[in-house]
Amino acid sequence: MKTVATTSERSAETASRMPAWELPPANIREEGDAYLLELEMPGVSKSGIEVTVENNELTIVGHRSDTEPQGEVVHRESRRGDYRRAFELDLSIDTTKIAAKMEQGVLHLTLPKAESLKPRKIAVGD
Amino acid sequence: MNIIRYQDPELAPWAPMNRLASLREEMNRLLDGSLAAFTGNVGLFGGWSPSMDVFQNKESVFVKTELPGMKKEDIDITFQDGMLTISGERKQESEAREGETYRSERYMGKFHRSVAMPTKVEPDQIKATYKDGILTVELPKAAEAKAKQIEVKVS
Repeated sequence: MKTVATTSERSAETASRMPAWELPPANIREEGDAYLLELEMPGVSKSGIEVTVENNELTIVGHRSDTEPQGEVVHRESRRGDYRRAFELDLSIDTTKIAAKMEQGVLHLTLPKAESLKPRKIAVGD
Repeated sequence: MNIIRYQDPELAPWAPMNRLASLREEMNRLLDGSLAAFTGNVGLFGGWSPSMDVFQNKESVFVKTELPGMKKEDIDITFQDGMLTISGERKQESEAREGETYRSERYMGKFHRSVAMPTKVEPDQIKATYKDGILTVELPKAAEAKAKQIEVKVS
């Protein structure tokens, strides 16, 4: 009996230590010259956000900074993991001009469309 | 031109337990006898049911609700007969704006959650803070609800 109990305890421990990423819900809109991306990550403050772009792949990681109040749990519904989501960006987006703003757990990203894709007149030389 | 959503398959999410929780909430509400649920704007099944955690220590009960992207004036907190109710509406700011929506995963609209307190609390000392999209309500326990240490006298 003792062996059985220990094995299940150990696997429970590993399970809680495995990093389980939460997928934050996203809203994507196109407005005029830019795309607007909203990601919901409650419990994440501005300092806990990492936004990286590599090869047209946009990755957002949000580390939760809310502390649990000291005490026993009466009822729990929230999932405790950090947030992570990746997007593959279309080439029409100018990745050097991406802007981000964090408000009450929602990250607002502005992804401007690249200038070079707007129609240009090309002058003909002699 | 679209943003193509790309997701690493290892990061694929769990089954959406949110939906089941909100279904259960709706059933509870129906069975509580309040027909207001039928006439509300929230759909009968589905709709927004923010996650709620309840903790307690010797001094207080804490209720944490995940409400990202709200303004505090749109959150309504009431306490009556030992029941804490948090409700409100998340309004869509982009109603009149032009543009195309490619993906809309965030819940919008009204929400309503109630939780019964495990012990008696002092209603006048209830405090609420809203930070990083999480509403934390602290309900200090009433004096008589705090456990008393009983001394054993040895004669």
